[in-house]
Amino acid sequence: MADIFDAYALADAWDEMFVRPGEVRTAYEPVLAALQPIEPSELRFRADQMARAFTDRGVTYAFAGEERPWPLDLVPRILDALEWDLIQRGVAQRVRALEAYLSDAYGHCRAFEDGVVPWRLLLNSAHFHRAAHGVEPPGGVRIHVAGIDLVRDEAGDFRVLEDNVRVPSGVSYVIENRRAMTRIFPSLFTEQHVLPVDGYAQRLLASLRAAAPGGTVDPRVVVLTPGPSNAAYFEHALLARLMGVQLVEGHDLVCRNNRIWMRTTRGEVPVHVVYRRLDDDFLDPLHFRPDSVIGCPGILSAATAGNVTLANAVGNGIADDKLLYTYVPDLIRYYLSEEPILPNVESYRPDEPGQLEAVLDQIDQLVVKPVDGAGGMGIVIGPKADAETLERTRQAVAADPRGWIAQRPVALSTSPTLAGERMAPRHIDLRPFAVNDGNDIWVLPGGLTRVALQEGNLIVNSSQGGGSKDTWVLAEGPAEGPAPAPAGGLPEVAPRQLGPDGSPTVVQEGAQQ
Amino acid sequence: MNDVILSRIAEALTWTGRYVERADATGRILDAYLHRMLEDPWRDEDAACRSLYAILGVDAGDERVDMQQVLDQLAFDAHSTCSIEGALGAARLNARSAREAVSSEMWECLNATWHALGEQRRAARRTGPYAYLELVRSRAALFFGLADSTMSRDDSWRFVVLGRSLERVDMTVRLLSVRVLDAAHAPDWTTLLSASGADEAYARVHTGFGDSPRVAEFLLLDRAFPRSALHALTTAEECLTALGRPRQDPARRPIGRIRTRLEYLDSHALEEQLPLLLTDLRQSCMASAEAVAERFFPYQGPVEWAQEGA
Repeated sequence: MADIFDAYALADAWDEMFVRPGEVRTAYEPVLAALQPIEPSELRFRADQMARAFTDRGVTYAFAGEERPWPLDLVPRILDALEWDLIQRGVAQRVRALEAYLSDAYGHCRAFEDGVVPWRLLLNSAHFHRAAHGVEPPGGVRIHVAGIDLVRDEAGDFRVLEDNVRVPSGVSYVIENRRAMTRIFPSLFTEQHVLPVDGYAQRLLASLRAAAPGGTVDPRVVVLTPGPSNAAYFEHALLARLMGVQLVEGHDLVCRNNRIWMRTTRGEVPVHVVYRRLDDDFLDPLHFRPDSVIGCPGILSAATAGNVTLANAVGNGIADDKLLYTYVPDLIRYYLSEEPILPNVESYRPDEPGQLEAVLDQIDQLVVKPVDGAGGMGIVIGPKADAETLERTRQAVAADPRGWIAQRPVALSTSPTLAGERMAPRHIDLRPFAVNDGNDIWVLPGGLTRVALQEGNLIVNSSQGGGSKDTWVLAEGPAEGPAPAPAGGLPEVAPRQLGPDGSPTVVQEGAQQ
Repeated sequence: MNDVILSRIAEALTWTGRYVERADATGRILDAYLHRMLEDPWRDEDAACRSLYAILGVDAGDERVDMQQVLDQLAFDAHSTCSIEGALGAARLNARSAREAVSSEMWECLNATWHALGEQRRAARRTGPYAYLELVRSRAALFFGLADSTMSRDDSWRFVVLGRSLERVDMTVRLLSVRVLDAAHAPDWTTLLSASGADEAYARVHTGFGDSPRVAEFLLLDRAFPRSALHALTTAEECLTALGRPRQDPARRPIGRIRTRLEYLDSHALEEQLPLLLTDLRQSCMASAEAVAERFFPYQGPVEWAQEGA
């Protein structure tokens, strides 16, 4: 029988589902068994149903000015318990090291004194804000939420691609993807033990409340959004709704006596924690961009005075600067006295003596990235770029070595993805989300798996036409739960009250014409 | 003046309201349970299904039960008014027998729903029951929305709302009963909230999550949430007040009593009083429903014709 995996030809990369053609990895066996007998037309039907459900629920994103349903592929990406254990520990370790770095950089600057990181990295970072210097946030937490991007290389090892500790987004899609998969494809879940993802909002709220300024009895948390025209507005609204807190825009807030209040029908109400989903630059026109109208004037002073907590903290950008990225393994050793659990991708620093030349010489074999780029913008993939682009990039790097890093190209792992009516390998990455409450760093089981929908494409961002997959973390061992109820051991709940079922008491069929 | 209403019509209207509410609540409960079971890696299907049966007052039997069987019995069984399909079928026939009292939009809503169920049931066997359950929920909302916007606020409307309110209390009590009587196999608090359509409302009120007896407090005592027992009792009492005698009304008395008890209940004492309270709530609603039947729709024995000379 022809099946949808018949024409599946492995790409030149680690494949998540198959060791070699026809040999499936253990974790994927039940899913393959469930998918294989399904007709292509049936898969299309479900894919269309899912797209319609996303459109109806407003889970959409803007692509080329058009509102499109969130692209979720039907084949889940699966991580077994061992893989997840490694990722979870690696991500938490990374966040701990970055927290230590931020605390140090805005405090004693030991790492710079000790020569672990050069001073210039801090002083010429566009994201270093003097306003944040010397501020000790409640509980010492600056990274309340982190999204650490991982890729899997040719050998199947996970590597960190970049750190996002400003306003990482995408977690709403993790929640929505799971919701959609359980509704459209319940049969896939029947023999699996997939760790749930619906505890995220609860964890987030707990950590935000824990971050409230000292002495606040019942802290009020709000989510601050740039507004409905923002691409991630859906996510902002979802998180606010799941946490049961207000979703505010800048003009809903007012700063008075260095405290933040929100305007409500019952007058002004104090706000203690702001989970802000806009960049530093737009947060406070008094400090940053005076032309910005989406922030709240004075909010930064209120935060500096310790009257309101901003999550994530202002100035975190120095920790996800892509040049700093190259130092993170050293920072892990320096602050935590541990070896990095997840390695970086091999990187060059054009900024350092000798390395610029090396980068310029072999630019056609490297991936070159601007240090403060986001969403895959500005990345040049050497082996695939034309001569003109390479020359332009070479000049740009030479003119501003601090503005770029270069990396060995990694052939990201592939996963079977529905392309037309057949499965085809497509490159994927993974963004796990970590929530830090000051005591514990919790990593949401799974994270957002993004897929580059075009064949061979290595850039997975949805703003560049990427899709996504539901990410499953399998629970360790067989299901453990309460013992089965003994037969008849359950309580008897009273029988239902029954009324007329509406059928006529006197049969009169045929009596009337 | 059309100020009277036939007993038969009143009874049909009450049960129309009741059965539509039953279908809606059953759909929500099944949806929340199914979702929880797929999401929970440590699920025990047999135990979860048994607790569902217990909630919905259906005998589970001694054999192992799975979700398909649950759906067959609690969603697709057209012969039992404890299943969604049976309840909607009964609601439709009741509404048909009271066609001059319900608006044509209400009747058409139920009729169209009934005819749409078959196709969704077949689709549910392929892709799972979510679209089916969603259809039930949205049609129930449409039905009650039409009742609110197309019926005069007269006695006919009150009987529909009374039926809905009594069923609503009953369903909430059933959900909580299983949690209280058999916590080990019962759904967690979060599932209870979503099964009552209350998860978002609860999060707004409590800025927190359903891990505590606060959920029981919300589902029983919240004044503003329309599916709480207190809210539904208050609505039922308003209907009964408008329908009945001002004093000594055996239909209103049990509702009024238990409503007052809830109003003045010390929420700290709730946890400890819960088992008894749930029993009393259920009994009060049953007593009231029986008194309503006795008073408003006295039973007429079937008419027998004696044929002369036979």
